[in-house]
This record gives sequence, structure tokens and C-alpha cells, in this order.
Amino acid sequence: MDLLENKGVPIDKQSLTWKDMAGKPISKLDDEAFTRVRIILMNALELDALRLSHVGARMNGELRQSLAEIRRVEQHQATAVNGLLSADHSPLETTIAYEQVAVEVTAAVAQREPDPYLAQVYRFGLLEDFDHLYRYSALLDRLEGKDSNNILQGHTDIAPGRPTVDGHRAPVDDLRLPYGRDANFLTKLHATLITAAECQTHDYYMTIGPMFADPVARQLYAEIASVEEQHMTQYGSLLDPRQSFLELWLLHEATEVYGYYSCARSESNPRIREMWERFCDYELGHLHHVCGLFRQYEKRDPAEVLARTLPAPLEFKSQRDFVRDVLAAEVDLRANGVDFVKLARESPVSREYRRRINADGSPSTRVATAYHWTSGTELNRSLKAA
Amino acid sequence: MDDVTEPGFNRTGAQSSPLSVHSMQLYADERVPEEVSAPDEMPDGREIAAVRCDYAVEAERIGSVPMPGVLTSAFTAALSKLGARKPEVLVDKLGERLAFERIGVRLYQALIDKASALATQQRMPFSVDDLQRLRDDELAHMHVLASALDSLGADSTAQTPAAAVSALAISGLMQVLTDPRTTLVHCLEAMLIAELADNASWDLLISLTAEADQDQFLPQFHSARDSEKAHVRQIRGWLQTVVLGEAS
Ligand SMILES: [Fe+2]
Ligand SMILES: [Fe+2]
Ligand SMILES: [Fe+2]
Ligand SMILES: [Fe+2]
Repeated sequence: MDLLENKGVPIDKQSLTWKDMAGKPISKLDDEAFTRVRIILMNALELDALRLSHVGARMNGELRQSLAEIRRVEQHQATAVNGLLSADHSPLETTIAYEQVAVEVTAAVAQREPDPYLAQVYRFGLLEDFDHLYRYSALLDRLEGKDSNNILQGHTDIAPGRPTVDGHRAPVDDLRLPYGRDANFLTKLHATLITAAECQTHDYYMTIGPMFADPVARQLYAEIASVEEQHMTQYGSLLDPRQSFLELWLLHEATEVYGYYSCARSESNPRIREMWERFCDYELGHLHHVCGLFRQYEKRDPAEVLARTLPAPLEFKSQRDFVRDVLAAEVDLRANGVDFVKLARESPVSREYRRRINADGSPSTRVATAYHWTSGTELNRSLKAA
Repeated sequence: MDDVTEPGFNRTGAQSSPLSVHSMQLYADERVPEEVSAPDEMPDGREIAAVRCDYAVEAERIGSVPMPGVLTSAFTAALSKLGARKPEVLVDKLGERLAFERIGVRLYQALIDKASALATQQRMPFSVDDLQRLRDDELAHMHVLASALDSLGADSTAQTPAAAVSALAISGLMQVLTDPRTTLVHCLEAMLIAELADNASWDLLISLTAEADQDQFLPQFHSARDSEKAHVRQIRGWLQTVVLGEAS
């Protein structure tokens, strides 16, 4: 697909009704786990589009109308996409799906990322989300009596990663080096995508954590939301701060095109694939409009920021072997400023931060004490042993 | 925390701000929308019904029942006896009971945790051991159901549609049991809802199992139902003791 030639659907032709936005959801039981992964990822990207757009509008008077117009469509797209999650997903089951997104999508990105430093950053974060999946699986089993594999469908392992209790770092140790001016297009798409996914995860945990009555759950959500805030800081700092707002916006629209395009290429549910295709055309319309603004206000050619063609679509499949290898090799990595170091060289500031924040105990440790994932829940284990 | 019902300054009712509420009512009465319901009609909004109807007609189902990849001889035999009837109904319901009993273990555990905390402050109509016995019954029932599904060649680890829906229905009970602020009475009432449903569902499952000629399961299912009947009696009794004790 030629990004700069393909103009997609013009913005004034983009519209959804309330019924489009509250459409038919997927089946939690029968649809593929990766359909749910795609839904969560694209909702993340749409919500991040709103986030970026509002920040941009505060600082750019001349762009306010364009921002408002495109943002209205993005908000409706986000509603339609998020509305695909059926209401029989408990908030905790949806949480399992969020961590599956974090593990599988970050793992896919880490393997394709051309910049070795950024690839390392993705592998580093991946092991923490992998651990979250294990902790939340313990909570799901012990609070709701459910097997998280009903959601994961055999694609993602459920075992300890880099222990969440050890993942709390001082802010200075969550900052990373940004990609440079000459960064590969794919590098920029990846950083935009993963940052968006982590922001959404953070916001979701902040919203649903207080809806649990169980203090065990409230504590766990508090703890993991804080790590997701660290992840937002980490991945957000990969974006080159020298990019202008219009450059960031252009890149965001390109990432949305890339996201929908990748989803459409891999989607197994025809009804959902139609939505991916339709929204891919919408995003091309946004991109085309922002290209015009870029030429008008920055007097630059969008081709300086974007490549003409999209990279190969993002992979939506189990990255089990890669994740196991990374866990075996890098579980003991820690951060010291922007560097990844051996356990012993971890930043003392982070050690001190952790000592304080874990002073009343560690929710993620408590909830998963002696937790050993077993197909059919841990209560099934005594049966198997018998 | 005192585990008792107390009088206090609850602000939710109209009587806590009589003047404001009087003025609010007059204001709302002046601004009644045109399309007011007829006096003999339930004010439930005809338009709401229309939306629900549209969606219900167009909806896809919650999901399907996973059927055995390899049918065991027991199941094949059952299939032939069932004739035109659908074996997936039995698998769905077995999956539902299994999920319910498994949640039951977690519900009782939450009640045990609450009761252990309260036992230091007040007299209880039961001991923690009593509750542990009930919890262990639920676990034993869960295993009976898992074995039944396995012996049919069905997947006892799958979430069937009926299991997913019953989990949805029960989710509020878990919120009651795990809330640190709820009293013993609140928790026993939540358990009573679970146990009453459990009882009725075992009766239904036994009829369905007999109808499907799966008599090999009946002895264990009958004994599970009997123990569930005892659970209801116990929970009811404890609830009565605590509520009447508190009121006197
Ligand atoms: Fe996470
Ligand atoms: Fe994360
Ligand atoms: Fe967009
Ligand atoms: Fe029971």
C-alpha cells in the first residue's frame, strides 16, 4: 500500500451511528484470542490518538479545528472498537487479555525492531508484563475460580517473570534514550504503538481497580497500575523529543493505518475484519489530511517522516519460544539510568524507592504465593494427583 | 469494626433534606416531558423495550459448547439413546455446575477469611471448621463433575456458555463476600443466594442426567444434592440466629 498516494475516505465522509458504536460484540468463548488482542490494541491506539490530540490542541491554536474534527471521528472509532468486547468478560478476565496483548505484541515488536537498543527496551518491559499475567492469573483463579487459559487459549505461558515486587524503580531509572532523527520508519511505528498500548493498560487498571471489593485485588491493581505508569514513562521516552507536534501527529496517524492494516490482514472473523478495513480507510483519510497540514505549516515533505510503503504487517501469533528464551537469558537484568545492567549493578536509588514502597508488604507476592498454574484452575490439581 | 447494624446519619433519603426535595419535586413536575405514560401503564419506557428487542433479535449467542474430539464409548452410547435430543445440553450444564462448585470453594474461602477476622470480636453461630467442611464439600462436587465430563470425553477445562453466564450472575456475591465492610449477615445472605441456586440446579442436572441415560453418574449426583440441601439448612439457620440475635 502506498501511504502517500492512497487518500482513503475523506474526513467529511467518515461517520458512525450510535448503533455502529454499540454493535455486536465478539464471543468470549468462540472467537480467537488474537481477535480480542487486536481489539484491545486498536482501542489503545485510538485512545492514544485522543490523548495526543488534546495535548496538541492546548499548544497549537491554528491546528485546533483540524484536531477537533479528526478527534471526533477517533473517539467514535474507539467506542466502536472497544464495544466489541462482550460484557461477559469480567474486568479481571479483560485484564488477562490486556496482559496477553502486552506480552504477545511486545514480543512480536521486539523481534522485528531494527534498533538493538529499542529491542532491548521491549524485551526488558516484556518480562514485567509476563509476570503481571502470572499474578493476575493467580487472582482470577483465587477470587473468581477461573482458569486464565480460558482467555489465553493456549498461546501465552503462565509462569513468573521478572518478579513484580522487584520491578518498582525510581523514575530516573525508567527513562530511556530516544530514537534519533534518522530512525527507521518501523522503529517510530513500534514506539508509538507500544506506548499507546501501555497508556491504555494503565488507564484501564486505574478505572477498574477501585471497582473490586476485595482489598487483595485493590492492592494488586494499585501495584501493577504503578508499574504500567513506569512502562508509559519508559516507552514514551523512546520517542524523539525533537519531533514537532505535527511530526508526532503524522506518525500517529501512520501508526493507526499500520495497526488497522495489520489487523485486517490477520483477522479470522469476517464481521470484525470489515471494521478493520473500514477504519484503515478512515485512517488513511486522517493521514492525508495531516500530510496537507504538514506541508502547509512546516513547509516540509511528509516523506521526510514517513516511508512511502508500510512495513510487513505486525504479527498476531504466539511468541512462546521467544518469550521463554528472553526470560531465561534476561530475567536478572535491572536498570541503572538509561542502561540495562546486571542485578548487582542496579541503581541504588531504585533499591531505596523499592524498600519504601514495599514497606507494608507486596500485593503481587501475596496473591501468587505458591501459585502454580494448572489447567482447569489450581483446584483441579488435587484431582490430577489423585 | 463492630459487626452490627447501627442507627446513624444516612443521607440518601428525601427526609434528610425535606425543603430541597419538596422544591425539586415541584420543579420536575412542571417539566414533565410531553410523551408521558398513560396512568395505567408501568413507567418503564416503551422506547427502552424497543432497543432491547432489536438487539435481542439480532444478537449472536454467548458462545458454543465444545464437543468431544474423541467420543468415548459411554458418550456414543448416550448419543444413540438420546436420539434427536442434543448431548451438548448435558455437557453445557455439567460445565455450568463444575464452574459453580469451583466458585463455591472460593466463596466459602472468602467467608472463612471474614469469619476468622470477626471471631476475635463476637460470638459466632458456627466454627471456622464448619465452614471448612462446606468448602470441602464444594471442592468434592467440583471433582465429581470434572470426572463426569472427562469420562464422557468432554473437556472439563473449557468454559461452557452456561458456565460463563452463571459466573456473571454470581459475580456480585463475591463482591459482597470480599468487601471488608460487609457484616456476617450480609455474607450469609449472599451465600444463601448461591446455595439456593445450587440446590435447584442440582435437581435439574439430575433430571437431565437421568433423561440422557447417564445413570452411572446418578449416585454421586444424588449425594452431592443431599449435601447441598444440608448446606441450605445450615446457612438459613445461622442467618436466622445472627439476625434474630442482633434484633433482640
Ligand atoms: Fe502489565
Ligand atoms: Fe506494561
Ligand atoms: Fe486517526
Ligand atoms: Fe453448597
